[in-house]
Amino acid sequence: MSELLVSNGWVYDPLNRIDGERMDIAIRDGRVVDGVSASARIVDASGMVVMPGGVDIHSHIAGSKVNLGRMMRPEDHEKDVESRTSVMRAGVGRSIPSTFATGYRYARMGYTTVFEPATPPLKARHTHEELNDTPMVDKGCFPLFGNNWLIMDYLKDGRLDECAAYVSWMLKATKGYAIKLVNPGGVEAWGWGKYVSGLDEPVPKFDITPREIIRGLCKINTFLNLPHPIHVHTNDLARAGNYETTIKTMDCVRDLYHGGKPIIHITHVQFTGRSGTDWINVGSGAPEIADYVNKHEHAEIDLGQIIFTDTTTMTADGGFQFLLYMISGNKWGNTDVEAETGGGIVPFHYKKSNYVNCIQWGIGLELALMIEDPWRVHMTTDHPNAGPFTEYPRVIAWLMSKNARGNVERKLNKSAHRRLNVSSLDREYTFYEVAITTRAATAKSLGLKDKGHLGLGADGDVSVYAINPTTINPSRDYRLVRKALRKAAYTIKDGKVLVKNGEVVASVPGKTLWVSSDVPQDTYDQMLTNLKERFEDYYTMRMSNYPIGEDYLKASRRFETVAGQRI
Amino acid sequence: MKLTRQLTVPVDASCISPDLLVGKTNREIQTLELWEGNQKVQLCSMFDIDVNSDAPSNELKIRIHGDLKKVRRIGHGMTSGTIEAEGDVGMHLGEEMSGGQIVVHGNAGSWVGSRMEGGRISIHGNAGDFVGSAYRGSRFGMKGGIVVIEGNVGAEMGCWMKGGTIIVKGNSGAFPGIHMNDGTMLIEGDCEDRAGAQMTGGKIVILGTTPSILPSFSFDELREKVKVEEQKIHGPFYSFVGDVTETGKGRLFVKASSNPQLKWCEAFIQKPEE
Repeated sequence: MSELLVSNGWVYDPLNRIDGERMDIAIRDGRVVDGVSASARIVDASGMVVMPGGVDIHSHIAGSKVNLGRMMRPEDHEKDVESRTSVMRAGVGRSIPSTFATGYRYARMGYTTVFEPATPPLKARHTHEELNDTPMVDKGCFPLFGNNWLIMDYLKDGRLDECAAYVSWMLKATKGYAIKLVNPGGVEAWGWGKYVSGLDEPVPKFDITPREIIRGLCKINTFLNLPHPIHVHTNDLARAGNYETTIKTMDCVRDLYHGGKPIIHITHVQFTGRSGTDWINVGSGAPEIADYVNKHEHAEIDLGQIIFTDTTTMTADGGFQFLLYMISGNKWGNTDVEAETGGGIVPFHYKKSNYVNCIQWGIGLELALMIEDPWRVHMTTDHPNAGPFTEYPRVIAWLMSKNARGNVERKLNKSAHRRLNVSSLDREYTFYEVAITTRAATAKSLGLKDKGHLGLGADGDVSVYAINPTTINPSRDYRLVRKALRKAAYTIKDGKVLVKNGEVVASVPGKTLWVSSDVPQDTYDQMLTNLKERFEDYYTMRMSNYPIGEDYLKASRRFETVAGQRI
Repeated sequence: MKLTRQLTVPVDASCISPDLLVGKTNREIQTLELWEGNQKVQLCSMFDIDVNSDAPSNELKIRIHGDLKKVRRIGHGMTSGTIEAEGDVGMHLGEEMSGGQIVVHGNAGSWVGSRMEGGRISIHGNAGDFVGSAYRGSRFGMKGGIVVIEGNVGAEMGCWMKGGTIIVKGNSGAFPGIHMNDGTMLIEGDCEDRAGAQMTGGKIVILGTTPSILPSFSFDELREKVKVEEQKIHGPFYSFVGDVTETGKGRLFVKASSNPQLKWCEAFIQKPEE
């Protein structure tokens, strides 16, 4: 029996409505409990902020495209080399750290759970091999469904039952956690040299529109009772004027909402919240999107806030990556994943002197500050697309301090700055709101009942930051906040101290979370018979080799759901 | 300094730089640490070090003797002073240096003056590949300074070069000036082939023979003379502009007398109407 007491810290636990109360957190055998015996190990958190372990909802940390990014960028490794210690393995990479370094760096910032949000199902085995080698955090992955030929076929024929069975089979086969859509229909169209604009242009050869794909998968998501809503990277990403597509995407499932949790998660909205008609007059569509999100409870977003630095963009949206390659002239990698999806990689440097980059910076912050409900706007940088995750403290400082934002605004491209609303926004996040946007809201959105809070029975994941909320004014002393968040005083996972004063002191493998959802057996069998035939036509591999066994995961944690009565 | 034993594994000697040695006592210099393979060793375990403290400290000069083929990163990031090596040196000589001078009386390995920003490197023997080039994958090569090589060099000299001058008295391998942005390159001997591939700016002058010019270069004119540093070199030269696949404005000058196979260019010269 292992016991731990995090004593005397200022606790922020939004899911249990605890806003900066001085209290103890007791952990026994990896779970939060009422109290522990006198022999428990004591972690003294006096004068420090105590929060649940961080939960990252969207961060590309593992998989074939992440690894291709690593291979393409030796110069990124050279900049950042970490030596081995008695508990750590060596690692390299600034914008795309190697797997072990990824785990250590998350733990150093007090994060204990991370989700890889775009896994081509065919390459899921690779993703899990890398996740197995990503220590310190619990993790999971979202398989890509938005351009899958079988999905498009099922949805076009209106065979929702079978499609749901197929999604259920796919999640089990790939050990996935949620349904991810990337540019639904658009990636497939780009494979044929075409472009699908907006929601109502049909996908070539499939005669189905992005709207039908999104609505179909949203219905299936609800039917299967999956813990997380559909995770959508919208169409028209990075194009001027795409905020309208983003709003239409949220609006196209509005009638499917019957209260409760949001049913659609729009990701990295910074990339999809642009107004204007061309690169020269691109502006921020954040006010319109924020207005929509404020008025509608069925939708939630994450930011994808950009950081002004050199990074590596990588998405499953091959067309967008080609566009970025044409703009930057940088090196470019692209793939087409058989019948499933695509992908691309381009290194990119965001600069304060660049008009469009500055608009992007503004969109992210405007969204975070204009959306009133922090439970529905999650802080991410879409690592590594808009900036490496190691820069989260910088984003949090911007959210918490108007001064921090002002210091950047002074250096921005002048014409971009004139078009932004950032300087007129006075809102500053409190520690409570930061705890919501980085842990509580993300855990709630992911349906992780044991994470993102410190109530009884929760996982013993705690982060402690050496900063005193009663004596410090984050608006003025944002540099201290940033410094404290970069190096957690303690990161505790499952009741074990992993990080102390920003240094890794112990390493644990971390669990892989995945969802097994049961659908009625007869539909499932019917789907399997049908699938076996078509698999031979569509894939270069045998169907029997396709699913990943549970034993393939180093530490598996299965979430079971049962499908509802009808779609 | 004199090498006292034979090295069998690579040594990372970025501490052998005037900037790091200046102001240090004899003892401090003897005990400087460097990596030999996967072991950390002290400088004195490898070199016999003789410190002459009478010399003016702002003109620090390091003399190294011995076979230093395995010793890498000599003069890494140096900003002033002089390093003189008697014998061959290893890879990454004068990497990221921004001032001072390095003289090698022997051959040098690959990556001489990679990413250098200023100063001067003179090599009296041959040099390996990637002279004055960028780190693999990066787009930032040599930015300034001058590299003079009396012997031959390997392939991909001046990759992603952004400024400065490289002068080769001998022959060059393939792809000199690949991805070059700016700066000047003079090859007095022959060039293996494919000079200036994907270059967008800068100047390459070849006095010896090159088998062919890339098809992505367009012939511009017959030039009488070309300027490299302060020196005027008389030709005549065939002058090419490219690489057009990168919409480049780089200049490639090839001496006419040593390249009779390029005589076809002369057909494109517009003769003044008589």
